[in-house]
Formats: sequence, structure tokens, C-alpha cells
Amino acid sequence: MALTYDVIIIGAGPAGLAAAIEAKKTGAQRVLIIERNNEPGGILTQCIHNGFGSVIFKKDLPGPSYAHNFITQAREVEIEMLFDTMVIDITPNRSIYATSKNGFMEFQAGAIVLAMGCRERTRSQIRIPGTRPAGVFTAGMVQRMVNIENLMPGKNFVILGSGDIGMIMARRLTLEGANVIKVVELMPYLTGLRRNYVQCLQDFNIPLELSTTIKTINGNNRVESVETLKVDESLKQIPGTEQIIPCDSVLLSVGLIPENELSKKAGVILDPLTGGPEVDEKMATNIPGIFAAGNAVTIYDLVDYVSEAGFTAGRNAALFASGNTISPADTIKILPGENVRTVVPQAINKQLSGNQVLIELRVTKDFPSPVKIELTDGDNVVLAFREKYARPAEMITLKINPELFMEKTAGISGALKVRAL
Amino acid sequence: MKTNYDVIIIGSGIVGSLIARYLSRYELSVLVVEKQADVGMCPSSANSAIIHAGYDPKPGSVKAAMNAEGNKIWHTLAPELGIMHKKTGSCVAALGEEELPVLNELLENGKANKIPGLEIISGKDFIKKEPLINPLVSGVLWAPTAMVIDPFGAVLAAAENAVTNGVEYLFETEFTGFIFNDNTITGIHTNKGDFSCRWAINAAGLYSDEVAHKAGIRKGFKIIPRKGGYLVFDAAKFQINNVLFPVPSGLGKGTLVSVTTHGNILIGPDNEPASGKEDTSTTASGMAAIISGAKKLIPTIDERNAIAMYEGIRAKGNGDRDFIIERPDEINAFINICGIESPGFASAPAIALKAVELMKEGGENFKDKKSWNPVRKPFPHFHRMNMEEKAALVKQNPAYGRIVCRCEEVTEGEIIDAIHSPIPARTYDGIKRRTWLGTGRCQGAFDYPRVIQILARELGIDETEVTKKGKGSELAFRRTKWL
Amino acid sequence: MTKKFICIRCPKGCEITTTLDGSGVITEITGNNCKLGIDYVKAELSDPRRTLTTTVEVIEGELPLCPVWTESPIPKDKIKELADALRAIKITAPVKINQIVLENALGTGVNVVAEREINKHSTLAD
Repeated sequence: MALTYDVIIIGAGPAGLAAAIEAKKTGAQRVLIIERNNEPGGILTQCIHNGFGSVIFKKDLPGPSYAHNFITQAREVEIEMLFDTMVIDITPNRSIYATSKNGFMEFQAGAIVLAMGCRERTRSQIRIPGTRPAGVFTAGMVQRMVNIENLMPGKNFVILGSGDIGMIMARRLTLEGANVIKVVELMPYLTGLRRNYVQCLQDFNIPLELSTTIKTINGNNRVESVETLKVDESLKQIPGTEQIIPCDSVLLSVGLIPENELSKKAGVILDPLTGGPEVDEKMATNIPGIFAAGNAVTIYDLVDYVSEAGFTAGRNAALFASGNTISPADTIKILPGENVRTVVPQAINKQLSGNQVLIELRVTKDFPSPVKIELTDGDNVVLAFREKYARPAEMITLKINPELFMEKTAGISGALKVRAL
Repeated sequence: MKTNYDVIIIGSGIVGSLIARYLSRYELSVLVVEKQADVGMCPSSANSAIIHAGYDPKPGSVKAAMNAEGNKIWHTLAPELGIMHKKTGSCVAALGEEELPVLNELLENGKANKIPGLEIISGKDFIKKEPLINPLVSGVLWAPTAMVIDPFGAVLAAAENAVTNGVEYLFETEFTGFIFNDNTITGIHTNKGDFSCRWAINAAGLYSDEVAHKAGIRKGFKIIPRKGGYLVFDAAKFQINNVLFPVPSGLGKGTLVSVTTHGNILIGPDNEPASGKEDTSTTASGMAAIISGAKKLIPTIDERNAIAMYEGIRAKGNGDRDFIIERPDEINAFINICGIESPGFASAPAIALKAVELMKEGGENFKDKKSWNPVRKPFPHFHRMNMEEKAALVKQNPAYGRIVCRCEEVTEGEIIDAIHSPIPARTYDGIKRRTWLGTGRCQGAFDYPRVIQILARELGIDETEVTKKGKGSELAFRRTKWL
Repeated sequence: MTKKFICIRCPKGCEITTTLDGSGVITEITGNNCKLGIDYVKAELSDPRRTLTTTVEVIEGELPLCPVWTESPIPKDKIKELADALRAIKITAPVKINQIVLENALGTGVNVVAEREINKHSTLAD
């Protein structure tokens, strides 16, 4: 016997909470969030550092406080939530199967929002040679252990990757009495925010070595050392530059990957560049009634934009569930062009209703001086924007007026390319 | 602690555990001593996971006889012991016309070994069955009796069935020498004390040379360890349908690309010197060799889709490389088994039965137990069930409703089963080997803290005492908050 | 002389260049995107401050730790000391968001408050 809901959201992280709240506001009566953790908030519960909310709340908040605002609102509008519950299957006709200690459940949803977030790239995916002792972790694993489980996993750490999570954890571990020996980064540039270099590494005298990678991890039962070595501009290893660093823990901060096993089960088409579903400006996937938002779609750096995406997905999910959607008319594909790695959404409807359209992209390399972001149809520049600078680590969000977009793209069919010059 | 046994088996790998299982049928007290913290931690769990058909060994050799018979036995033994396996057959793919004669040689070799069902398929026909195969494939030797198996699962199943039928296992108990009465073995020394026995069996795999030497025999025999690495690929990223070998070269069977019981794709091994019997480190050059070897068979393999890597060590002996399975003339009350490298796993049941046979020849009068249960029913495996079965299982026991490993759909119930089974898991890796938890895309990121909690609770220890693979590999060093 | 800073007040991390005269007085500030950058570099030169975020142990809570932070930035050289001091503090559930965990931390005039609420133990489903 399937339980029916207007909108079911998978994941009670920032994307899911925003989607649920907006779905309710848009008129969906029965809204359910299914969450595999034992409480809402998603990854924010372990992101105890500040830096969240500058766009949405015009405040600088720590992760749990940002989440608290949404959790409180979700409770106020009576959104149902199931915790410690894992969705194990979704079908294209929007049946959902989930399981928990309270039993095996089947649901039928008027619309679904996929908000499962992301996972971390692992040692095996980058194939670091050596032995397989205890003491090799991804940054998120350590963050959870230290901040939530009250477990300190090691004493002397080497961190691979200068992304934000790696730098944040360098500071966190140091503040809790561990010794962070060094952060090494494969690229010749910092891959996270520069503010984090200052407040996490510089402030604590933790050295950062660029153009450096880990050659092997050594140790029998526990990590005993790592061997680092330098790479050249084309990331080729430079023999003779090896260095052994004695340590007992290796923290890997080498990238995030959208989590989409369930999306695939539902028949959702994924974009191989983002790793997440192809979506339009409504956050709709190719499967009618299935929407997606947040890190499950593409990796964001600001949670505020995750929430915005959640609002969009939730609103449109509610409209779909109530039969209120306009059937998609022509869409224009949005593709990454020169110097652009990923773009979301991957399609925009030619007939747009009220709201501002956001195009979120990442460039392939650093642009330290002012850069043009252009939407082109062949050689023709359809829309142009200026950014003071562009870095791969910082997602660029273009805010487009829908009337302007419809006007500029009236005569176009097919695709627009987004390029950075 | 009991120290007097009828039979002591040194080593709990696939051979040792199958001997234990076959002996458990008789009115005998049997002890298996194992120096590691779990069963089958050496070559038995780090290999290609294939029960070879047996066309490969030299006709007339012990290997050939054991492989052919062992393969036959596995077809009924695997279901009897509840071991995950798939009757896949195996394929040796020749690339280009110049490799075809090798296939014919293998076919003739296999016929001499009396391997059933061997035939050569044309490259054109094979491409229809395996679209991703290198288009240069000119012919394929098809061996229908080959199987893929879950290697650790097989060792565990044999050991658990043995324990259920009365055999005892002691872990972290290292054999250090024999106790003699003239030239009869009457017991063994270990790091945990002495034990007496009427029979001792050397099933020590990688260390079988050292054990034989301690018995004073086979002084010229030495194990020269060689490493073989493997990469596991995400089943969701690409699929093949068969077990694929290249034509064999001087170094052995070559780098294969294979389906597994678990649905993922396995590539490997390479063949590199190991710096010692415990050197299971993966190397960049090794992994590059594995990937380029695999690409010969499946050119479109993308190494970025690898989700796990491991390394096994071959118990390769010097000398003629044939299996040694003997009741030595010089020593009484001793069965010596040395040099069990590939096709060791396929041969294991035949080797085990041969060991029992040798004991009979040596005068042992076996008496059947009244109640011997050769059938092992495995614990429930949530991920392999359909929706109705899953729902029923959760209803019967709510612990199966809580999924702890998301990627592999492993439930708390299965983890608890693993901790309380006849050969219990007491470490993170022990649970991983038994349930496949943490072997998927996220490599443990979600399950880690939850497994620590469950292990601590079920074993009655503090979370800081939970280990990855035994003492010295604790997962957490201390609490975050300490003064 | 000139001094360069990376502003940490928002994720942009503007690179700000300050020019100082002989007596250390700021004569020029360039590179900032907004006023926060000016405040930041002025503070960095005279009274550098940082926000501390950490956790404290919870007694009888549904979680063993509660994340806490300084309501506003405190002198940079007191950060480690405060982190150590907070390690010794335990609070009892239920915890309300923004409840004061340590008042006037180390005499800075800044309170350390809870980042979230934590219920008492029994309410959490196992």
C-alpha cells in the first residue's frame, strides 16, 4: 500500500529543505522529506565554520545556524520528515521505495525533488599507490568524526588538496590539538577560496606546497609516512624531488562528485561534465515530475545558491503536482564553450514565466583580470556579462531577466554556448 | 584452554579451511591455527576470483589433476556452502591472426587434461557476445566449466561450516615450530603456547616453505613471492559479459578483465617482484601495467572509473612449480602442502580431499560423525533480494531495515550477523570482507562512523578501540575533547 | 611602503593593497570590492581579529558535541587559548540556538554561543 504525497524530497540538506518549504508555499498540501541521517541539515550539521548566508540572510552564519533557519521554517509549515530512512529505488512513474528500522515503505509522489547532495573523491579513484593502512581519510569523513562523533582520528596529518574542505579541516584539527604538518596541492594554484588560505593555513603557520602530490602512502597497520613529489606545469611527476614525511594520517580533499545512483534508477539523464542530472531553468529533469537541486546537480561553493536552486525546484515540483505546469515548449540547450567547464541549467525554455533565470558556470582556468562571459549562437554574441575575475574554484552566477532572455533568443533554435574570454 | 587435538592445521586459507571442513565430518578434534586476525587474509582473498577450467596446466602434473577435479567439485560445493558464485565460463581471446595458434595449443592441452566442453569460437561471433572486446579479436577459446567466485566468502563459508561442525579456530596464533618424538610430529609450538596432535597439516600457503623446513624436509624448496595487483571498476560505468583472458605469455595467464560475483568488473593482475611476503603495496608502475594490459582486451576502459585497488601475493615456489601434496617418508603424522599458486583456488577442494586421503593411507581410521551438516545457509544479503523479499526481511527483523552502507545497500542486520557469526568479524575490514560494505563508490565515507558505533556496541568496547584490521590499526586515536 | 592583504570578510577574498607612510599611517587602499575590505585591512594593521568556531561537549544530549562560535571576532592571538579553554567546558542539554556558552570569553567582551539547538537524549530515534 503506497503512501501518497504531493511532493517528496530526497534529502533534508539545504537544497531539500528549501525545496520543501517553497513547495508548501506554492500550495502543495502533503510534502515529505526522506533523509538517511538521523536529523535534518545535511552536510551543514558538520560544517561548523562560518561563511554561510551572505546572500540569502545578508549575514555571516555557521553551517548549523544556517540550517536551523530552514529547519525551523520547515517545522512551522508542517513539512513531514522521515529520518534514518534510506530511499533504495525510484521509478520513472514516481514510486519511491525506502527502508528504515520502522519497516519497508512504498510511496507515490505527485512530484519528486532529488536533493541527495554529493560524495567525496576517494583514494582509489585517484589511485595513490602504496599500502592500505588505517589512517587514510577523506576530509568530510574526518569532519564528521571530529565535529559530530567526538572522535579524533589521528595525531600528525598530511593533507592532499587545497580545496576549501581541506583547508577548513587543517584549521579544525589544529584547534583540537592535532598536528597538521603540511598541505600539498597538485595544481600550481590554490583550488579553494583565498580567504581560507589566510584564516586556515597562514594564521596557523601550516605550510602549503603547490605543484606537489603524494607519490605513495606507507605503513602496515597504520599510516607511517607519505612520500611527496613535485610535478611540472603539465602535472607530470618530476623524479628526484621525492620527500618522505613521517605522519600517521592522510586527509584527502580531492574533489566532490554529485550523488546520482537514485537518479539513474529513475531514468534521469545525467550530464557527464557535471556528474549530475541535466536540468532546465525550472530544475526539471528529463523525467516528467522529477526535479533536482543542489550538489546532486552540480557542486556549489555557496550554500545560498543551493537554497535558491532548492526554491526553484520546490516551486516547480509543487506546480507540477497540482497539474499547473505549462508543458515545456521549445527549449534552448545551454552548452559549455571556450574556457567553460560546466554549465547549469543545460537547457532553458523559450517560454519563460516570471522569475529571474540563473545560469551557473565554472571556468576551466584562472582569469585574474576582468573577463567577459558571453552566451553565443555561433559567432553571434547573444548576451554578455562582465566579471571582475574568474576562478575554477568559484562558481559564477549570471542573473538573467526572463523578458530580456526571451527577446534575445526569439530567433534562435538549438543551442547557446557559454564562453569566458 | 584446550591444547590436545587429533589434527592441527597450520593456516586458514582456502586449502586449510577446506581440509578443516572435510575433516569436520569425522569423529576428530580439529584445530586450525592462523597467525592473522581473520581467515584467508593472504593469497586466498586477494586473487582473480576465478575457478579455472583447467586447460592450462601441464598434462600429467599434479596441478592438472587437481585443477580438473577441483573445478568439478566447486560446482556442487559452492551452492552447498552458500558461497556466492556465477557459472560464467571463461574466454581466452586471441588478438590478430598470429595469436590463433596459441589458442589451438591451449585447446589440445585442455583436451589432454580431459576438460569438458572446450571449443574455439571465431572472433566475429565472439564480438556479438562481447561488444566492447578489442575488434582485433581473431578467435576465443571458450571453457564453459570455469566460474567466478567470492574468494574470501568461500574461505569464510568453509571455515564457518567447519566450526559449526565442531572444528576450532585460533587467530593471531602463529606457528613457530614442531614438537617431535623421534621422527614423528606430536605437536606444535606457537606464540600462544604448545599444542599436541596426532596429525599436523601444513596449509600455510605463503609460509609453507618455512613450515616444511621446520619439519626438516624440502630444504631446497623456497617460496619467491611475486605481487599481482588488481583494480575494481564501477559496475555502473561499463559492463562486460564474460571472464576474459589474453593468450598466456611466459609470465602466466596475463591481465584479465572479468565480471565478478558482485557485479563489478575486475582487471589484473600484473606480475611484479614483492619485497617480502607481506608486501601488498600497490605501485604506480604496477597499476599502469594492469591498465595497459586490460586495454588490450577492452580498449575503452577508463581508469578514472576505478573504485578500488588491491594487491595479492603469489605463493610461487622455486623448482618445477608443480603442487606439492605429500605424506613425507621422513616424517610421520605430517601432511605437507606447498607451492599452491594459480590454479590453487580452483584446485583447493581436490587438494583438501587428497590430504584426507593421504591421512587414510597413513593409517588414520576415520569414523563418521552421527550429525554432520555439510550444508551452510548464508546470512541474508539484502542487496541481492527483490522488493518483496526485502520488505519481508525488514518486517521479520527491523535491524535489516537500517541501511548503513548506501552504495552497497548493506544493513545493520547484516553487520550484526557478521559480528556474531561462527567466524566473527571484529574489525572494520572483517565486516567489509563479509558484507561488501565500504567497497563501493564512496569507499566507506557514509558507513564509517556508523560501523564504528555498531562494532563498539556489539563488542562492548569503546569507539576508540575499534580497529581497521587488528591491533595497531585503530580508527580513532582519541576523543576530540580531551584535556 | 605597501602591504597586501587577502580580505576574509566574504568569499570573494579581494586582494587589497594598502600604502603606508613613514609613521605607519594608511595613505591609500585599493583592490577592495566594498567597505568591509577597508574595515578589514585597518583592523589587520592595528587589531587583527578572527572568529572562532569549535565544539563543546554536551551532557545528556542527543548528540555528544554542540558547535559553538564567537558572536563577533576576537583578537587573533587569543584564538588558540579560547579553543583550549572551551575544551574544558561541558553544557547540559537541552541547548537553545544562540544560548551563551561562555560569557565575555577571556575578557574580550565577546560571548561564545551555541550554533544550533540540541535536544535532550531520549527524544532522538535510535
